[in-house]
Amino acid sequence: MIDLNVFWFILLGVLLTGYAILDGFDLGVGSLHLFAKGDYERRIFLNSIGPVWDGNEVWLVTFGGALFAAFPAAYAAAFSGFYLAFMLLLFALIFRAVAIEFRSKRESRVWRSFWDGAFFLASAVAAILFGVAVGNMMQGIPIGPGGEYQGTFFDLLRPYPLLVGAMTLVMFCMHGSIYLYLKTEGELQEKVRHWIWGTFGVFLVFYILTTIFTLVAVPGAIRNFEKYPWVWGLVVLNVLAVANIPRSIYKGMPGQAFISSACTIAALIFLFGFALFPNLVTSSIDPEKFSLTVYNAASSQKTLAIMRNIAFMGMPFVLAYTTAIYWVFRGKVRLTRFSY
Amino acid sequence: MDFDPLLLSRIQFALTVAFHYLFPPLTIGLGVIMVFTEWQYLRTKDIQYEVMAKFWTRIFAINFALGVASGIVMEFQFGTNWATYSRFVGDVFGSALAAEGIFAFFLESGFLAVLVFGWDRVSPRVHFFSTVMVSLGSIFSAIWIVVANSWQQTPAGFHLVEHQGALRAEITDFWAVVFNPSSMIRLSHVLIGAFILGAFVVMSITAYYILRGRHVEMAKKSFAVALALALVSSVAQLVTGHYHAVKVAEHQPAKLAAFEGHFETGEGGAPLHIIGLPDQKEKTVRYSVAIPGLLSWLVHMDSSKPVKGLDQFPEQDWPPVALSFVSYHVMVGLGLYFILLTVVAAVMYKRGTLFQTRWLLWVFVFSVIGPYISNQLGWMAAEVGRQPWIVYGLLRTSEAYSQSVPGGHVATSIGMFLLIYLLLAAVWIYVMNDKIQHGPDEADATGAAAKEGLAGIREAILKAEEGSLTATAEEEEEGSQR
Repeated sequence: MIDLNVFWFILLGVLLTGYAILDGFDLGVGSLHLFAKGDYERRIFLNSIGPVWDGNEVWLVTFGGALFAAFPAAYAAAFSGFYLAFMLLLFALIFRAVAIEFRSKRESRVWRSFWDGAFFLASAVAAILFGVAVGNMMQGIPIGPGGEYQGTFFDLLRPYPLLVGAMTLVMFCMHGSIYLYLKTEGELQEKVRHWIWGTFGVFLVFYILTTIFTLVAVPGAIRNFEKYPWVWGLVVLNVLAVANIPRSIYKGMPGQAFISSACTIAALIFLFGFALFPNLVTSSIDPEKFSLTVYNAASSQKTLAIMRNIAFMGMPFVLAYTTAIYWVFRGKVRLTRFSY
Repeated sequence: MDFDPLLLSRIQFALTVAFHYLFPPLTIGLGVIMVFTEWQYLRTKDIQYEVMAKFWTRIFAINFALGVASGIVMEFQFGTNWATYSRFVGDVFGSALAAEGIFAFFLESGFLAVLVFGWDRVSPRVHFFSTVMVSLGSIFSAIWIVVANSWQQTPAGFHLVEHQGALRAEITDFWAVVFNPSSMIRLSHVLIGAFILGAFVVMSITAYYILRGRHVEMAKKSFAVALALALVSSVAQLVTGHYHAVKVAEHQPAKLAAFEGHFETGEGGAPLHIIGLPDQKEKTVRYSVAIPGLLSWLVHMDSSKPVKGLDQFPEQDWPPVALSFVSYHVMVGLGLYFILLTVVAAVMYKRGTLFQTRWLLWVFVFSVIGPYISNQLGWMAAEVGRQPWIVYGLLRTSEAYSQSVPGGHVATSIGMFLLIYLLLAAVWIYVMNDKIQHGPDEADATGAAAKEGLAGIREAILKAEEGSLTATAEEEEEGSQR
């Protein structure tokens, strides 16, 4: 049942989930950065993600490489179709990276304020753009013959993708504030605790709105659910994960809250991917004829098999040292002479 | 106004890749020196090596961050600007890129965290291990990206298949793709180029310290290490460069002919233009100083055997000759300069006069610009010389760009990249200068490795009494800088 094409669809989903969970809290921390008051708090924020953000971003880079290798036609269509949006994303990721690196290199107030602003803006813009991209994939984009995009930049900014973009931003803010709660202590931690409640409330509203809008605006969103009814079980798990966030915070179990919020992200990506399948890019011009699927957009079976072997060889190492590095940097953030 | 998306996409790729390639060669080259420095620290327990390792790590981190920031652009740009190319090569090229992500990037960026932030969280041995992993990661990354690029130069291990109404390349033999005719020689040339750059950066900074009388003892040690690396690498680069050129003559003869300004095949041996400026219209090399028969001798080891000239190829298959010629020749000239400079310095080092020869140290301070230029020009020669092909002999650059992207959009993104990269370049130079002026910080010394053994402790105490071991700052007050 699971052929190589489906395997790669799933593996791309895993890479994207890894990215969203890990860099999700980085982007969340960045989007909350300006709410931290004073240099000390901001340095705590920066250094909470300092050692890990770079490795987290690699999940996205590898996702890009794997999409290129496994489904080149989808990679080409989506990236050239979303040209300006992707350029904006690239600028955001560039600024995020250098803002983290350079911000604390000088004492100057102007210098630090500039990079603080860049860090905040870059993180928020990146989070929104990821959501907008997902929304567009769900709703379909004007893909014509030969897999060429036929719309304009503004075709990408429809209400549904913008809504998913907003939800992504709030979700990452919530995820980020739970992460910050784990990494901070004392007064700052109390402050962050309030943010968790605030961001959770807003997230809940957007989560419900997005769910309704998806059912209304996305044709065929539950088409696959009719074929595989067991997936409704995952919808229930998703709701339970969301519900468990306030419960664990209330009970003082932030670790569990973090896992729940990670599960929420994973479940959402799974559900979006499941609804999309077998399409990678749905054509809004003629979904039957022009959509790029895991079959017509794929590389040869030989390449998919080679890549599977590479993934099986590499991923255990990746997971092993990712875990090891999170273990080395476990616990609360302390500023040392090596910090940002 | 009409914007040509093809031309603009080429300009954007050239701009972004040239900016990106300011950073990877330094991280590759400096990585090797950092591994050596930390190994020396573990072996000798001399805290001067510890202070040095920490200093180089800071320089490394700045360049690594910029490499990551500008590198992510490269990963996505194939899809945004070269969609037709992506569809054509994805089956082959994408695999190499994905392998780079899985094998190299995770390794590098994961262990970099330990390298930069882990000094007081892990033991010196684990830290050393992390340094080795980061250095390996940067080399793995070079391997996969050079393999991918070499496949574009000398495609192998594939067949052309019609897929969804268009031709594309599909893998038939993975190892033939990896070991395509030019990949290994080009990889060695790229890596050694990076070692030269890393070594010259270290020599430039340390020569400056010696001239200014700061951190002198430490600077001399670092300089000697870097000089050894630079000397060996510069000589080795002549060898790899030569064999690389022979390979180019074999597999991409039009490219070599453009490098050498070799328009007419002729009957006998081909001359080597030492200097000159090719005129593509007149099919001649102006202002040429040439040595008869030398090109034939270099390519065939026989000074009377003809070398294929550009006249063997239809003009539409010629690369831009002047640009290929100039970038190639300046690169070779700089390579010879590195050999001359490092040999002279090595002889003076042996005689013990190097560090008193102030003019030579000043030459080293400024010579750092050389490897930056030669690394850039080497790639320029390789990529311009491949034209008009994006995949040699298979797909033309003019057919490979994204059909759906309007030229105006590309013009917009180029404008943004220019602005952002100018800003980043300014910040990079400013922060690098700041770090260099601040210099290695003796307060960094903890003697952690020394404390591992009892003998080490005694040594550390002795050193402390000499005053070279200042307080070990556990934590600094807020507002302090890295």
